[in-house]
Amino acid sequence: MRRVRFLPWLYAGPTLLLLAFFLVYPSLDTFRLSLYGPDSEQFVGLQNYVYAFTTGEMWIAFRNNAIWLVLFTFFTVAGGLVIAVLADRVKYEPAAKALIFLPQAISFVGAGVIWKFVYDFDPDIGLLNAILTGLFPNAEPVGWLVNSDVATFALVGTGIWMWTGFAMTILSAAVKDVPEEISEAARIDGANEWQLFWRITVPYIASTIAVVTTTMIINVLKVFDLVYVMTAGRYETNVIANQMYKELYINRQNGRASAIAVILLLAIVPVMLFNIRRFQEQEAMR
Amino acid sequence: MASVTYEHVTKRFGDVIAVNDLNIEIADKEFLVFVGPSGCGKSTSLRMLAGLEEISEGNIYIGDRLVNDVPPKDRDIAMVFQSYALYPHMTVYDNMAFGLKLRKTPKAEIDRRVKEAAQILGIEHLLDRKPKQLSGGQRQRVAVGRAIVREPNVFLMDEPLSNLDAKLRVQARAEISKLHQRLGTTFIYVTHDQVEAMTMGTRIAVLKDGLLHQIDSPQNLYDLPNNVFVAGFIGSPAMNFFDATLIMEDGKMYADCRDFRVMVPEERYGVFKPYLGKELVMGVRPEHVHDPQYAPPGIKPALVEANIEVTELMGNEVVAYFATDHATFLGRLDPRTDARVGMIKAAAFDMSRMHIFDKETEKAIR
Repeated sequence: MRRVRFLPWLYAGPTLLLLAFFLVYPSLDTFRLSLYGPDSEQFVGLQNYVYAFTTGEMWIAFRNNAIWLVLFTFFTVAGGLVIAVLADRVKYEPAAKALIFLPQAISFVGAGVIWKFVYDFDPDIGLLNAILTGLFPNAEPVGWLVNSDVATFALVGTGIWMWTGFAMTILSAAVKDVPEEISEAARIDGANEWQLFWRITVPYIASTIAVVTTTMIINVLKVFDLVYVMTAGRYETNVIANQMYKELYINRQNGRASAIAVILLLAIVPVMLFNIRRFQEQEAMR
Repeated sequence: MASVTYEHVTKRFGDVIAVNDLNIEIADKEFLVFVGPSGCGKSTSLRMLAGLEEISEGNIYIGDRLVNDVPPKDRDIAMVFQSYALYPHMTVYDNMAFGLKLRKTPKAEIDRRVKEAAQILGIEHLLDRKPKQLSGGQRQRVAVGRAIVREPNVFLMDEPLSNLDAKLRVQARAEISKLHQRLGTTFIYVTHDQVEAMTMGTRIAVLKDGLLHQIDSPQNLYDLPNNVFVAGFIGSPAMNFFDATLIMEDGKMYADCRDFRVMVPEERYGVFKPYLGKELVMGVRPEHVHDPQYAPPGIKPALVEANIEVTELMGNEVVAYFATDHATFLGRLDPRTDARVGMIKAAAFDMSRMHIFDKETEKAIR
C-alpha cells in the first residue's frame, strides 16, 4: 500500500523537479525582478508596469500584437482548414500538402530573409513590386516593409505563409477522421458540399479547430523572430516580445523587460488553461 | 413510392468488375433483398442506386426517371447505413430533422414528422440525447427514424442489423418488416445473412462475384435453386452435396454416390434421362435427412448407412454429422432419435426433395 502511494512520485518526480527548477523558479524570479530597477538592485514597486502600460512604443506593440492575433490566427486556421478539405478531394493531395507545409521547414530567420527580398522596394529585387509595376505600369512601387501603414500586415503575411501548413496538417488529419458514411448520409439527406462542410465537417472537428486555434494564439503572442529579422520593430511594427528584447539587451532595463515578460506570460495563461481543459474533456470522452 | 430498374448496370473499380451487367426490375412497394457473400457487389449495387458510386455502364431508373447523373440529394431516397452514420454532434431530434431542415420544410411539419416517427419506433424519450448516449439498438432505431421522416420514394438499407446482437437482430428484423407493411414504400435491403434475406424479402437477389445468380421469392429460391451456389447459400445449415452419377438398373433409376445408392423418384425420370452416366452433383437439405424411425409420412425415403461423428442437441432437433468413406453430410433429426456419436446408423433421405446439378456448369437440372 505504501509502495503504491510512493511509486507515482518516483516516476513523476524527476520531471517535476526539472519543471520546478527551469520553469517555476525562473517565472517567479522574473516576477521579482519586474519589481526592481534597471540593474535589479533597487525596489521600484509597480513602476515598471506603469511604464509598460503607458509608453507609446508599448501601445504600438500591444496594437500590433492584437493585429497579429486576429489576422494571423484567422488566416492560418481558416486557410489551413480550407486547404485540408480541398486537398482531401484531389489525387495529388500529398504533393499539394507537402508544398503548403514546406515553409514550416524553414527557420524564422530564413523566412524573414526570403520575404525581405519579396517585399523589397526595388522592382528588380522585390517580387511583389515587380508584379505590381508589371501589371500596372503607372503604379508606384510600395515600400512594404518601410511604410508604416502596411509593414505590420506584410509581416503578418509572412507569418501566415509559414504557419498555414502546420494548421493544415493537423486539421487534415481531423477531416480524414470524419467517417465517410456520415458524409454520405448527409449527402443523401440533402446536403450540398457547402452545407456538408458547415453543418457536418466543422462541428465534427470543432475540438481540433479549437486546439489549433489556441496553439496559433500562443504562437502569435510570442511572435518575435520575424519582426526582429525583417524590421527590428521599426516603422510601427514593434511587438511585445521584441520590445522585451530591446529593453533587456539594448536599453539594459532588466526591470522593464521582466515586467513585459510577466505581462506576456499572463496573457498566455488563459489560453493555456482553455487548452488544458479542452484536452481533459477530450480525454474524458474516450 | 416508386419502382426501381437496373438496366445492364456494370461497375468497374480499375480492372475489377464489382457488378457485372445487372438487370433487375423492382416493383413499387416491393421489399427486395440483395444477398451474397462479402465482395459480391451487393453494397455497390445499392450505392449506385443511392448515387454514392458512379455507374460504369448501363442505366438506373427510379420510377420513370433516369438517375445516372442525379446527385444523391435529388433522388428522393433515404438510406440506413451499417454504422448508422448518425451525426454525433446533433441530438436525436436534430439527427432526424436534419434532412427536412435542409429541404426548408416548415418547423411545425418537421416537428410533427419527427414525433410521429419517434413514436412508431418507440424512441420519443430519447429525442434530446446525443448518439453517444444511446445503445446500439437505439442508434439503429434513430437511423431508421431519420430515413422515415424524409418520406422517401425508396428506402435503402445497407446491412442495418449487422452491428446488433443476435437477439436484438431477430426483433429488429420483425420491426423492419412491419415498417415496410405500414409505410408501403419500396425497400431495398442489403445483407450477407441469408436468414435476414429469407425472412424479410418479398424477393431476393442472390449475387456472387458481381453476377446476379438468381432473383426470386424466398420460397422459390429455397425449393428451386438455379445452381449449386444458390442451393448452398440459401438455407442453414447448408445443403449437403454429393458427387453422383445417374444409372438405370432393372428399369429403376438410381443416383450412385460411390459409397451408397439412392433411388430417384419416378416422376423425375423424364428430366434426368439425358444425364445418365454423366458427372453430376446431388443435393439434399439437412432438413430432408431423417431418422428412419421418425420420418414424417409422405416422403420418399432412401436409406443411407453412415457413421455419426458429431451430434448437436438443439432441443427441438438433433443436428447429426454423418460420414461415409467419401462424403459427409448433416441431418436435422427428430429429438427422439437414438443417434449417438460413434454409432453407424441409417439416415433416410427424402428423395422427393432431392436436387441434381450438372457438375461442370453447376446448373440445376429440372
